Amino acid sequence: MRKVAIIGAGMTKFGEEWGRGFRDLIIEAGKASLEDAKLQGEEIEALFVGTMASGSLIGQEHTGALIADFMGLTPIPSTRVEAACASGGVALRQGFMAVASGMHDIVAVGGVEKMTDVDGGNVALALGGAGDQEWELFTGATFPGIYAMMARRHMLEYGTTEEQLASVAVKNHKNASMNKYAQFQNEITIDTVLKSKQVASPLKVFDCSPVTDGAAAVILCPLDKAQKYCEKPVEIIASAQASDTLALHGRRSLSSIYATQVAAKNAYAMAKLQPKDIQVAEVHDCFTIAEIMAIEDLGFFASGKGGKATEEGKTALNSDISINTSGGLKGCGHPVGATGVKQAVEIAWQLRGSAGARQAKDAQIGLTHNVGGSGATAVVHIYKKAF
Amino acid sequence: MGVNMDESLAITWRRIPERYRLEGSECTKCKTSYFPTRKLCPACRRKGSIATKMFSGKGTIYSFSEIYAPPAGFELEAPYTIAIVQLEEGPKITAQIVAPHPQVKIGDSVEAVFRKIQEDGQEGLIHYGFKFRLVK
Repeated sequence: MRKVAIIGAGMTKFGEEWGRGFRDLIIEAGKASLEDAKLQGEEIEALFVGTMASGSLIGQEHTGALIADFMGLTPIPSTRVEAACASGGVALRQGFMAVASGMHDIVAVGGVEKMTDVDGGNVALALGGAGDQEWELFTGATFPGIYAMMARRHMLEYGTTEEQLASVAVKNHKNASMNKYAQFQNEITIDTVLKSKQVASPLKVFDCSPVTDGAAAVILCPLDKAQKYCEKPVEIIASAQASDTLALHGRRSLSSIYATQVAAKNAYAMAKLQPKDIQVAEVHDCFTIAEIMAIEDLGFFASGKGGKATEEGKTALNSDISINTSGGLKGCGHPVGATGVKQAVEIAWQLRGSAGARQAKDAQIGLTHNVGGSGATAVVHIYKKAF
Repeated sequence: MGVNMDESLAITWRRIPERYRLEGSECTKCKTSYFPTRKLCPACRRKGSIATKMFSGKGTIYSFSEIYAPPAGFELEAPYTIAIVQLEEGPKITAQIVAPHPQVKIGDSVEAVFRKIQEDGQEGLIHYGFKFRLVK
């Protein structure tokens, strides 16, 4: 297997981008990643794009070919990858494998979602497709409701509090306030979260990631050729993915995500590293409880200690470990198919030292963690500075 | 856009044995019960043998949430309580609880009741199935 590096990274501003459609967003992110890698485009041999629900959200399928078309990259192979909210992370893994295997040299990986062209009820219906339509969504369960049931178990089993959940949102808004690409660049307080409207008890509006339009892209190439294109390449030293029951009710535990634990274990083994070796991580905080479970399942904190650690500031920028420097899904926004690729963009910027005000000091090793649905897919990648 | 799969008559009719009378499966080799139905035992795979099993509808609340922001089709019902119920035969399932939120606690005993789940506007199809009520 060949070593693989990121030689270009780019993204759009995340937010409610009324003026721009699906193809405008991904082309902007794609162009930014090409410019970053100083490529013209004809060097690209294959394209993988994560998109979760374009059929439901904009009535458009076959987005692999669409993007190759509007990027001017036809006739190269272009493949859409779908794994709910982990579509981006799984697309990155497909690109990684294509380069690592020797099948392709230069590969572009994108992620994109256009979510604001339909109303909130239809967004909920589309996102519901990440769960079991016949046995969860049929009953009137929603994704906030499904994570709310995980939160309630975590609170019962470990004594996690609503204030601890809120501290995740406060920290991520603070990080997002230093990120010009973020949807929400305003700081909030614990009170903002606790006094916000109920969505699915015990989760409130400020416990939930928003509905977002956006796109992100990275360019991959073999590490031994990376210096030719990029002064500061970032090596992907591990890629792991795991699956579990589609419905939450089928899981062995509701207070942890087993697929994350498996993907993390395999990723650490592949990288020959341990959780303590990671300085900066982008984790999947679609809801505040999801970040608490993530930092436990990834081994940064013991089971049940994630809420307290967050409340004590141990996951803030330049503390024990810098978690979600971009603002995470909560602060930066969550265009579902784009999220997994945006996480890789943020870690590439952090390891290059180009993250500006939100730069994690002396970041050498980074990690991304992307979850599909309520934990039926989890993808973990580990990265290191290669310059 | 925003296709609601429950508008399909075929999907609805196909699930009647499970939704109307809690008919699930059991692997006769490892004796594990499954609800909803599985055609393959994940534990035994090819060596397993799947048979129909009726569930009693008795169970306990494992977790729950009150839904204030409903998906399309449930607007008139919100807020309502959803739960994961642990059935006495073993499997956990997702369902609504027909009790106001403040009365519901993890560990409460519940039993299945037959209820209307949703009406769909375009085809006029009425979806029935199970919800659960608290038992003293």
